[in-house]
Amino acid sequence: MRKFSFKTNNYGYIFLLPFFITFLALQLYPILYTLYLSFTNLSAANPQGDFIGFGNYIKLFTDKFFLQSIGNTWRIWIFNFIPQLIFAVGLAAILTRDKIRGKSFFRGVYFLPNLVTAASVGILFNVLLGWKDGSINNILVALHIIGEDAKIHFLARPVWISSSVSAILWWMWFGHSMILFMAAMIAVPRDLYDAAAVDGANAWHSFWKITLPQIRPIMVYVLVTSLIGGLNNFDIPYVMGEGQNLGGGGPMKSILTMVMHLYNTAFTGGRQRGYGSAIAFALFIIVLIFSLIIFRVMFRGRDTENPRGV
Amino acid sequence: MTSNDRAIKKFKAGVFTGRFFLYLFLIMLAILCFTPFYIMIINATRSTQQINLGVSLIPGKAIAENYRAMMNSLNIWRGFLNSMIIAVPSTILSGYFGALTAYAFSKFRFRGNTILFWAVLGTMMIPAQLGIVGYYQLTVKLHLIDTYWALILPTIASAATVFFLKMYIDANVDYSLIEAARVDGSSEFRTFNKIVLPIAFPGIATMCILNFMFSWNNYFTPLVLLFDKNKFTLPILITLVKGTFKQNIGSQYLAVTIAVVPILIAFTLFSKYIIGGIAAGALKE
Repeated sequence: MRKFSFKTNNYGYIFLLPFFITFLALQLYPILYTLYLSFTNLSAANPQGDFIGFGNYIKLFTDKFFLQSIGNTWRIWIFNFIPQLIFAVGLAAILTRDKIRGKSFFRGVYFLPNLVTAASVGILFNVLLGWKDGSINNILVALHIIGEDAKIHFLARPVWISSSVSAILWWMWFGHSMILFMAAMIAVPRDLYDAAAVDGANAWHSFWKITLPQIRPIMVYVLVTSLIGGLNNFDIPYVMGEGQNLGGGGPMKSILTMVMHLYNTAFTGGRQRGYGSAIAFALFIIVLIFSLIIFRVMFRGRDTENPRGV
Repeated sequence: MTSNDRAIKKFKAGVFTGRFFLYLFLIMLAILCFTPFYIMIINATRSTQQINLGVSLIPGKAIAENYRAMMNSLNIWRGFLNSMIIAVPSTILSGYFGALTAYAFSKFRFRGNTILFWAVLGTMMIPAQLGIVGYYQLTVKLHLIDTYWALILPTIASAATVFFLKMYIDANVDYSLIEAARVDGSSEFRTFNKIVLPIAFPGIATMCILNFMFSWNNYFTPLVLLFDKNKFTLPILITLVKGTFKQNIGSQYLAVTIAVVPILIAFTLFSKYIIGGIAAGALKE
């Protein structure tokens, strides 16, 4: 019936157009433009921005705050991720294997903190963690865990504020990871466990020998997405710290993360957008390298198990 | 009582104690997850002096006072409205165009289909912060800086939505239905709107809920792109309470409560879809 000999399958291209136009213009182009800007000295003082080659990237190695922010970001992420993984896998195993009453209630409550705006969570804990009058200190005193005169100055000590940010991130994310592990564990074929039980394996053995290897793809997914999110950590550390200002980075800049440094550099003060762009790409390179390492390490063992790649 | 009976009894007692501690652990953890919200709601109703005196499990009477103090310097409802103005169109655009793109990948055999789909997948790994400086400069040139458009338009290209909906359409939309529509003379675009969209609706709704939450909770991009105080989104306004009511902690709690409680309510209504959507998205990876 059609007058034009336009192959039906080519309508696919038309349907892709809005997505790809938006993607190219508003996502890919800004990224490439940022890459270009990272080789210029664009700033409030220099609105035209001259090409300066690798100057910004060389500057990164002498930028004390940038170097510190790498350490801070990793530390905050790792101290959140290790307990997060242990709780998420453990709880997922408990809630999927054992017959637990109120399973969906627990699942829902553990997941709840993840839904709330991270910036609001940061503000909430910033008040809760207050020193003399903070609710968390008051609870600890009421439970006789610490004495009235031993209240913890959470927001003023580098160790405490950094651990607090990690703890908040753990609180926000262990339920989320748990849901992913639960979905993966439910999908493990039952007969694998039955076969192991015939061979005399107990629950502990079958967890290590069957469950963990079977959920490895989800583990990689959780690890990589958590790493990307963790290295781009901004909202909570940005709003935390004593005093009124946002983005201060806490005592001795102990919770200044890489993205906070990027924001502070490119969008406050002297607005050094060229240098800020270089920070963004340095961060991206770090994320890329570690994601590739994770993929290699996690899937190398697997190739030897299935030589022909199942 | 034989020794065997005794052993069984001992074993049962052991299981019972194990179960008891297991439930104790699960309940403690649940309390830990909910208590900060509970203290927040209670403290929103108490005066600053009461809060400083200690924790309480019973609401106070200062909620009206806290509300007046909060509204004097911070129009939180304006932030609510602004967040809505951004989140609703973003959700609709990402859902509609996500489905259209997913449909093209799922049911049309054109050259480059696979490669383009892999390109979409690749972009899921790229964090929004990477291109933010370039995006900022671009919105300045396009005169979109400090407008809601700068935040809404990019959601047309939501890679995660396309990815999820392609799987959904692959599994749920039968090719014979599309063929039948073609035979009936329906245009390709009409077929999508009238046949594919309704069938894929449960999947689209799941992604829309997740995208809405993402937009609602987004802090970084609006912080960079908006300057006008009247355009600030809810998360930005909430973080301003830190400087605004240094002396009035009750008002700080109240502001956060107003921002958080709707999410808690929405979660109790949609938890099945939210949890299912998150789990399904990861499993298909």
